[in-house]
Amino acid sequence: MTYPRYIFVWAGLVVLTAITVTSASLNFGRIGILIVLAIAAIKSTLVILYFMNLFFEKRLLLKILVPIAICTLAIFIGMTYTDVLFR
Amino acid sequence: MDEHGGGNGHPHNHFPWFATSEGKPAGLIGFLTSTNHKRIGTLYLVPILSFFSIAVILGVLMRIQMLSPNSKFLAGTLYNQIFTLHGVIMIFLVVIPAIPTIFGNFFLPILIGGKDMAFPRLNLFTWYLYIAGAVILLVSLLTGKGPADTGWTFYVPYSLRTTVNVPFAVFGVFILGMSSILTGLNIVTTVHMERAPGMKFSRLPLSIWGIYATAWVQVLATPVIGITMVLILVERIFGIGVFDPSKGGDPLLYQHLFWIYSHPAVYIMILPAMGVISDIIPVFSRKNIFGYKTIAFSSLAIASVGSLVWGHHMYVSGQSDTAGIVFSLLTFLVAVPSAIKVFNWVATLYKGSIKMDPPFLYALGFIALFAIGGLTGLILGALSTDVHTHDTYFVVGHFHYVIFGGMGFGLFAALHYWFPKMWGKTYNEKFAVVAFIVLFVGFNVFYMTILILGWAGMPRRYYSYLPQFTDLQRIATYGSWIMVAGLVMMFGNLLHGLFRGKKAEDNPWGGATLEWQIPSPPAEHSFAETPVVTHGPYVFSDDNGDDLGKKEPHEQQPQSKR
Amino acid sequence: MSSSHSQSVEAHDEGVKARVGIWLFLLSEILLFGGMFLLYSMYRYKNPADFHAGSMELSRFDGTLNTIVLLTSSLTVVVALFSLHVKQNMRRAAIFLAATIGLGLTFLVVKSFEWGAKFEHGLYPGAKFLESQPHGFILFFGLYFTMTGLHALHVIVGMVVLSFVLNFVLRRKITPERINIMENGALYWHLVDIIWIFLFPLFYLIS
Repeated sequence: MTYPRYIFVWAGLVVLTAITVTSASLNFGRIGILIVLAIAAIKSTLVILYFMNLFFEKRLLLKILVPIAICTLAIFIGMTYTDVLFR
Repeated sequence: MDEHGGGNGHPHNHFPWFATSEGKPAGLIGFLTSTNHKRIGTLYLVPILSFFSIAVILGVLMRIQMLSPNSKFLAGTLYNQIFTLHGVIMIFLVVIPAIPTIFGNFFLPILIGGKDMAFPRLNLFTWYLYIAGAVILLVSLLTGKGPADTGWTFYVPYSLRTTVNVPFAVFGVFILGMSSILTGLNIVTTVHMERAPGMKFSRLPLSIWGIYATAWVQVLATPVIGITMVLILVERIFGIGVFDPSKGGDPLLYQHLFWIYSHPAVYIMILPAMGVISDIIPVFSRKNIFGYKTIAFSSLAIASVGSLVWGHHMYVSGQSDTAGIVFSLLTFLVAVPSAIKVFNWVATLYKGSIKMDPPFLYALGFIALFAIGGLTGLILGALSTDVHTHDTYFVVGHFHYVIFGGMGFGLFAALHYWFPKMWGKTYNEKFAVVAFIVLFVGFNVFYMTILILGWAGMPRRYYSYLPQFTDLQRIATYGSWIMVAGLVMMFGNLLHGLFRGKKAEDNPWGGATLEWQIPSPPAEHSFAETPVVTHGPYVFSDDNGDDLGKKEPHEQQPQSKR
Repeated sequence: MSSSHSQSVEAHDEGVKARVGIWLFLLSEILLFGGMFLLYSMYRYKNPADFHAGSMELSRFDGTLNTIVLLTSSLTVVVALFSLHVKQNMRRAAIFLAATIGLGLTFLVVKSFEWGAKFEHGLYPGAKFLESQPHGFILFFGLYFTMTGLHALHVIVGMVVLSFVLNFVLRRKITPERINIMENGALYWHLVDIIWIFLFPLFYLIS
């Protein structure tokens, strides 16, 4: 990494923030939440890969930790939906 | 540094350096600030066994109340508070921490050939968190309107409205949860980073696989109960509404959050115990474990699939039928890896050279009792039969079979197995066998009767009952007395050995794992030199067919050429 | 560390061990907030209109501003780390660390104005006005205060940690060779940023 590259990532994050705020005022309805969540996921991925340096990490253990956390959370929330969705 | 023991005093009465204030660092302050993993394991041992004894006494009191349907001994709210305390102490102060913090701390670094845990200072900090959590729970006992009467499950909305000391209790649980998370974090890092040369993952003792799988669950699941306890506090203080139906809150979501942790928690309880059994069975059959890789993977499978089944505590709560079906299917699935372990243990015994020493007896007891508990779990896991058995003594019988018969006997097995290594003393093995028999008989008279009572319809958490249950209730109580007698005999025997036992050899059982290659008790630095591992953990004879376990430990270096 | 231990197959890079430890800790933090995200998911699903109404009460400007503030603070902290670790420039590292802490403080100040405005309008848990509103609306604000409050607590902790880091950098107890504490502090700060990256759209951008 270099200083310019860090600033470039930051700029990308700011742009994505602008996009997500704009998308909210465009009122996409039901898929609106999917769009903002997707953009949030992209922003987080940028932070994790480049600011938290996981892109350059060699150890497998560290690279799979975030996917494990996401999977775990997805399972907890998803399986709770099998209750809430079908009551 | 390699001298047996290290403290002053007479050879027959001195304790290992880590159990006295004469060790390194010296003095009481040195004792309480030492980051040595053996010391920290000992530091955990004392409060955990003390809390166990207290909780057993609470259980005895409950059984006395149940001697007669009209008993006023412990009636009403007091009974609710007693079973809440019994549950909270047993689950959070004893069963969840016991094997990972006592034997994990003491033996994990040794079993992997490492120097200490990855984060020794963090390790000591987790002990202080444990003590802080225990103190907070104690405060909840003695202040305000008395201890919580909600059951250890703290279900809303009752836990939001009852005026007893719920805030202190849930805050204590939160602190204990932090201790558990940090312990798990330490264990995962240690297993990945501190192994000796040659200690590949495929050569790890299965007790390490068990503790390792447990540690992942500790890190990933415990935070959920952390936030849930915080939410009870926030709801009580600020009335945010998330669990309050009058504000749109859904009490079922509390149950989801609670059981998302508390079901994996039972795997935190049982996986280390299963690991201990996997270590013990090969030693006392003098035979390599059957299906090492399968047992190792089954630990990971239980940890992962076991995190998907929490809804089976909620079949009759009002959750959707769809959820019930999904959770029931997965519950049946998680029984498979547990059964695989039982099959592999039994297969290991087949054509083995069996030695019926106390550790092995407790291991056999584990297998029998866990199997019974597991089978009753299938009845509870099936939607239809659970409607009949939910919130009855059948559930109580089930979980005491798996937790007490399983984890408890695993703990006792570990105590008897590693006793000579930890303390450098022996205990009376014949008396240990007698104590085991008394304990085993009493346990089954007690809890089998509980299962029968539950099937007959006796509800749980009730301080009174219909007259037709009286005879069975009495038998259960008498069984509990026999069981407690067995416990007293067992602990008394071990304590006697601790104070007056003969000196132990370095490898009294002939084990092939690394802890038996070092002196009993271990010195401050467990290994004089970093060991180089060249074979698996249950290899009992070298290329010449000579039994490795029978040689003097110092002749065994370098390791066999397998 | 005795020399015999350097034979270990594991990297004797102490930094890796500390990094594994801190990442596992961050995982537990994700799951801690995850419990609240679960509640949010369920209650938003059940009360979509009320959640939208609640979101309209929040200031999108303040939320966006705070998002930019935290994103920038993530930049400044990683620049600080890079400056010390790679460029060996202690002064620059200290300046950017101070900037990060300052941005954290800015975040808290903006948040306190936001909360103040809510208190004035009776939009807080326990307030008479809020309790007279539809259930979903009450839950929205219950979750809003709890989640942003828990997050703000983590911002404060992060600022305290980074203050210690700054102190150590200035006193040369953290150096390019012994940089673990700073690395770990920065990682914690990034997590705080990531949590806000999700909180922001979930509370402020419900369309």
